[in-house]
Amino acid sequence: MKEEIIIAGFGGQGVLSMGKILAYSGIMQDQEVAWMPSYGPEMRGGTCNVSVILSDKKISSPILSKFDTAIILNQQSLDKFESKVKPGGLLIYDPNGITHHPTRTDISIYRIAAADEAAKMGNAKAYNMIVLGAFLKVKPIVSMENVTAGLKKSLPPRHHNLIPMNEQAVKLGMEAVEKVR
Amino acid sequence: MAEKILMKGNEAIAYGAINCGCDGYFGYPITPQSEVMETLMKEQPWETTGMVVLQAESETSSINMVYGGACCGKKVMTSSSSPGISLMCEGLSYIAGTELPCVVVNVMRGGPGLGTIQPSQGDYFQAVKGGGHGDYHPIVLAPASAQDMYDFVDLAFELAFKYRNPAMILGDGVIGQMMEKVEVRPSKPRRTEAEIRALCDSWATTGKLNRPSNTITSLALDPQVQENFNIKLQKKYAEIEANEVRYSTYRTEDAEHLIVAFGCMSRIGETVVDMAREHGIRLGLLRPITLYPFPKKEIDSLVPQLKSIISLELNAGQMVEDIRLVVNGRIPVNFYGRQGGMIPDPEEILEAFMKTIK
Repeated sequence: MKEEIIIAGFGGQGVLSMGKILAYSGIMQDQEVAWMPSYGPEMRGGTCNVSVILSDKKISSPILSKFDTAIILNQQSLDKFESKVKPGGLLIYDPNGITHHPTRTDISIYRIAAADEAAKMGNAKAYNMIVLGAFLKVKPIVSMENVTAGLKKSLPPRHHNLIPMNEQAVKLGMEAVEKVR
Repeated sequence: MAEKILMKGNEAIAYGAINCGCDGYFGYPITPQSEVMETLMKEQPWETTGMVVLQAESETSSINMVYGGACCGKKVMTSSSSPGISLMCEGLSYIAGTELPCVVVNVMRGGPGLGTIQPSQGDYFQAVKGGGHGDYHPIVLAPASAQDMYDFVDLAFELAFKYRNPAMILGDGVIGQMMEKVEVRPSKPRRTEAEIRALCDSWATTGKLNRPSNTITSLALDPQVQENFNIKLQKKYAEIEANEVRYSTYRTEDAEHLIVAFGCMSRIGETVVDMAREHGIRLGLLRPITLYPFPKKEIDSLVPQLKSIISLELNAGQMVEDIRLVVNGRIPVNFYGRQGGMIPDPEEILEAFMKTIK
């Protein structure tokens, strides 16, 4: 198994931490992982992305030109990464703020209204976990158990009380994801 | 089994330092390596191992603090990124000129000048040829993973003390910023005062008890004295070149063409090797782990089986010159690189490589 993922959106949406939790979940099931962020001006607002690789084998290049999955959270990132999904790959996006929707027909496209769901939950911070849930519903590459274990590893102990809320958000994302085509 | 933790290469440097018994870290923040000091400040090793962590007022200060600590036989280090390393080069020359051990980490970014904060390997020449003035070399290790960043701190200190010479870990923004699984190895305690005395009393300013004073200076106004010292230094470098070359190979057994690449480019290069082999081209890869000493013999011994070599670098072509010196015109030595913080992906490199063998 090898899954090459790009997660892209605005700084502050939890793009990097979502990637980190996914990577940690991979470690929990004894996979090799690489997490490579865009760093620099992105951290200070604007658009931000991280590539995450989970693999049963040693990972060579952490730099990728095409992805198995693109998880897209804003228009700029959709414009940039839609063409970079491998044929037959997956694109998941949050339609919030999207005016030009994806047009490719050779990939699977799913929608997750994570901003709306987070608002319903009354917890904007759950946003990225809702998105993660949507992805894991479509591609269950890590188990829910390992996501929880990954959360425990990546959150400092003082925040472990937030784990149930995060698990709930993942489940919500799993329920709310919709297939576009 | 040791615990496996997801961490950035920069964080791995910090944990590697604490766990190998480092006595002191002196640094000044600069992207893309600021997590080194951030992690040290968060971990507060002064409360546990007694390791000093200090933010200096500039890179010039931090390298001179390292110089001072090294004079006392302590395991001291600093880290920075390209522009900061340039500021440290004067101090590095003095440390080499007084034969002191220390570790310097450079997480390279694009230059010249302030340049960019994105990854680069543009400081290859600066690192392997010395950087500061005079005939000297630091021992240069090139990590290609977060695990290397962790392990190389200990290794760099071992080599630095073995040869009384500065050792540099030459990383780049990719290796510093990327998170990977790191196996945290059992920690070594810091050396006790008695251990430092036993190990370094012949040269360090450890406090004169029953021995003549040790004087640490790089000044020799008598040219014969200076030349004698230079000859001694060169003998040491010859010994380092004979004993400390480290490298790894990937699919070179039957290779007709060879990539030579270090750091993040060796990782990308491995993917290029696999892709080329899918096209039926017998490509292999040699990764220098030590850039100084450079794996000259190892490249030389592959030349008879090869039709060409391509050097992949994030610069305008620096290591390629050292490869050409080894190959000495026997086969074509090509180059592909990107600069300014741009990183080529495997497809782009494969295309460039294919053009060179047409």
